[in-house]
Amino acid sequence: MRALLLLLVPALLFSQPARDTCVECHTAMDGAIQRPALLIKDDVHIANGLSCADCHGGDRGSDDMSVAMGKAKGFVGKPSRAEIPQFCAKCHSNPDYMRRYRPQQRVDQFELYKTSVHGKRLAAGDQNVATCVDCHSVHDIRAVKDGKSPVNALHIPDTCGRCHADAKRMAQYGIPTNQLEQYRTSVHWNALSKGGDLSAPNCVSCHGNHGAKPPQAESVSAVCGSCHVLFQQLYEKSPHQAIFSAASGGGGCTVCHSNHGIHQPSTAMLVGPNAVCAQCHDKSTEGANAAEKMAGWIDTLGASLKHSEDVLSDAERYGMEVSEAQGRLADGRENLIKARLAMHSFQPEEMHKPILAGMAIADETLRAGQAALKEKDFRRLGLAISALFIAITLAAIWLLIRRIEANGSGYLDTPAPK
Amino acid sequence: MTAKITHWLDDRLGLSAIRELAAHKTVPVHSATRWYYFGGITLFLFGIQVVTGTLLLFYYRPTVAEGFDSVRFIMTRVEFGWLIRSIHSWSANLLIFAAFVHMFSVVFTHAYRRPRELTWASGIILLGLMLGFGFSGYLLPWNQISYFATKVGADVAGSTPVIGPAIARILRGGNDVGAPTLTRFFALHVMVLPMITAALVALHVILVQKNGMSTPPWIPPSRVRQMKFFPNFFLREVMVWYGALAVLGALAAIFPWELGEKADPFASAPKGIRPEWYFLAQFYTLKLIPSHVGFIEGELLGLAGFGVVAVAWALLPVWGVNRAGEARTRLVTGAGIFLAVYLVVFTILGYVK
Amino acid sequence: MTPDECSGQCKQCTNNGENRRTMLSWLLGGGALASMVSFLYPVIRFLNPPLVTEAAVNEASGGKVQDLKPNSGKIVRFGSKPALLVRVSDTEWKAFSAVCTHLNCTVQYRDSTQQIWCACHNGTYDMNGRVVSGPPPNPLEEYAVNIRGDEVVVSKRA
Repeated sequence: MRALLLLLVPALLFSQPARDTCVECHTAMDGAIQRPALLIKDDVHIANGLSCADCHGGDRGSDDMSVAMGKAKGFVGKPSRAEIPQFCAKCHSNPDYMRRYRPQQRVDQFELYKTSVHGKRLAAGDQNVATCVDCHSVHDIRAVKDGKSPVNALHIPDTCGRCHADAKRMAQYGIPTNQLEQYRTSVHWNALSKGGDLSAPNCVSCHGNHGAKPPQAESVSAVCGSCHVLFQQLYEKSPHQAIFSAASGGGGCTVCHSNHGIHQPSTAMLVGPNAVCAQCHDKSTEGANAAEKMAGWIDTLGASLKHSEDVLSDAERYGMEVSEAQGRLADGRENLIKARLAMHSFQPEEMHKPILAGMAIADETLRAGQAALKEKDFRRLGLAISALFIAITLAAIWLLIRRIEANGSGYLDTPAPK
Repeated sequence: MTAKITHWLDDRLGLSAIRELAAHKTVPVHSATRWYYFGGITLFLFGIQVVTGTLLLFYYRPTVAEGFDSVRFIMTRVEFGWLIRSIHSWSANLLIFAAFVHMFSVVFTHAYRRPRELTWASGIILLGLMLGFGFSGYLLPWNQISYFATKVGADVAGSTPVIGPAIARILRGGNDVGAPTLTRFFALHVMVLPMITAALVALHVILVQKNGMSTPPWIPPSRVRQMKFFPNFFLREVMVWYGALAVLGALAAIFPWELGEKADPFASAPKGIRPEWYFLAQFYTLKLIPSHVGFIEGELLGLAGFGVVAVAWALLPVWGVNRAGEARTRLVTGAGIFLAVYLVVFTILGYVK
Repeated sequence: MTPDECSGQCKQCTNNGENRRTMLSWLLGGGALASMVSFLYPVIRFLNPPLVTEAAVNEASGGKVQDLKPNSGKIVRFGSKPALLVRVSDTEWKAFSAVCTHLNCTVQYRDSTQQIWCACHNGTYDMNGRVVSGPPPNPLEEYAVNIRGDEVVVSKRA
């Protein structure tokens, strides 16, 4: 008996992959019940050897519908919306099961989901909120890294926006629906979509994915600070940290920089008609004066560096070799970046050092550019002098020819040799 | 004093033969006399190349690692390095242009007739050598444009029927343009081509002295005036050469030759990469030919065509004269105009497209 | 009177001819000499070796050995780009391109973590130049470090 069983093992092993009657039958059908069978060719579960029955229960090997889709074999059919998270969690929250396929993959998505706004509302009976399949799709679930996956970095904003930018759908919740529109104008989306920088933040970078919830005001700077470390450090030491944490509608960095529509910052945020500082600091107060001072320094340094850059480009266009000075200019630009960073301490003294260093470099590179232009002038002068001597010599030779040939000498009337 | 030295040298070197020749050398004076200058201009510009090239040799390093940087060193650190290098690059282009003008002037004045067939043949080979100088020298700065232009050129050469791949391998020093290519091109440019050119130029110039200046067939020989070479024509030629120097200096100072960016073989070829202007007509012709003409590959047909034309052109003294030895002026002038127009038009098209 | 009409008798005509001849000689000689000088001057200056004799873009000085303490780093100029020189221990030195592969900021050595860090967006590299965390997509190019006497020399690896 045992020998027979032993013989069965290789037979079983070598008989994989088994038939998938779910796919076979449903492919032959029409309409809504055919769709899943067509979609699964792109599914990551199917690619790993799983089948419809592994989620929906039933027997994939049986031709008999009552067996294949019978309760005896555990068939559960299509889960209701409220049941979807548990349905997926059957496997995805099971570490022993997941270890068989992807040992490194997290298994806490369901736990996180339960803490999220989506999870809480679903548990309370709101079927309008997002469940697993709304973001990950169903039957054609692709890996996150797959370029066509709706949860791939480049597609996340669209996926979240499907609901969160839909005014009608969001009306009952009283939350804005302009986030996607604003995010599309941001430097982060620009870096992600045009710059090809896949590390740039999208919705889930700040809000989390399964446990999605906006960060609370006091932790905004920590969230931004996960990349913008030094800005966070300076900001948290400043008086603004305490004041902005109590602010409504976001708080932290978002008070000045906005949350979704984060644009390239400039000194226009410090002074001028659209100044952010002016929203709290009245004219001639210490704060307003500090803002004005720092804006002035940054603008001056920026203009000086630009001027040096222009002079060097000019020299380059004339054919002068200025690559070393242009390289040095990059150091100057770094000082400008350091100055703009130092602004976040909101104390002008902190900015003074990088400004001075930057101005020194701007000066040095300007002088290099001017020297190059002077060299260009020297060359042209040298050319003019040389051309003058040549012209004199040419004139002299011409006169000599005229003198020699004045009486027709040098010409013969004899025929050509051949 | 000078007389004493001259006599001493003459006694040992036999200079008097040369002095006799110089004293008797004449140049025909007629409507096409101005074209006689172009041989001298070509020679002068070649001389400029030898001088500036030798000077550049003092600083240039023919390796992938240092080639570009050594050229940049010449352009930025060496005193007047910018001048020597820019003159070398500009003069190369002017030299090839002058060589073409010289050739066409010989065609249209029918100076290829007996007894000047060997002068013509050596001249055609010299033209080819000048193009070889241009092609090999272009790679030496090892910048993006020159690297990819050489790649394209080597690929085209490689598609010559039968012998193409072997030629390309020998040229490149391998299957790709790389460090061996640079070393080979350097050897070609500073030693092989100069040696062959020196020999052929010597032959060419000696033949010109021996056979004298040719008079165009439409001028009856009995009616042509002669101008003494020394001092009359010679002084004029010195003026032309001096003028050429002034032009070179102006070009070098006002339009310095660019350095470009260091070649990066792993980068994609710069957009619109194409060979230098003197190869552009052929390059564009090859682009126009469809990929297959009947069962023959288009590029093969094009290259074969160029080969046929080159050989036929070298044999001009054979088919360009009739049995009596007179020039077939209408045929040759027609062929010359056709070739000149083709070259000009296709070069322009190669630039614009 | 032109030289043709002159019969050679009149002193004035001969003198003028002589004067013109002399002037022409001076003009020709002077012009020729001056232009020759203007050609030869650049050639001679060209042959005079410049003060900086090396093209020096494959090599850069990292200062003196004693200037850098163990477990510290400094930025050195390598051609027109910055390089990071790190003295890992008394005897071990490392050098990398200091241009961060994310958005080209200049990286720095962090002695507390013994890693290379970029302040712009918190990118971190290990002491082999490989990315540990943060946005940088590619590792840092490593350079070779040699000690010549008491001087540190950074050069591109072969």
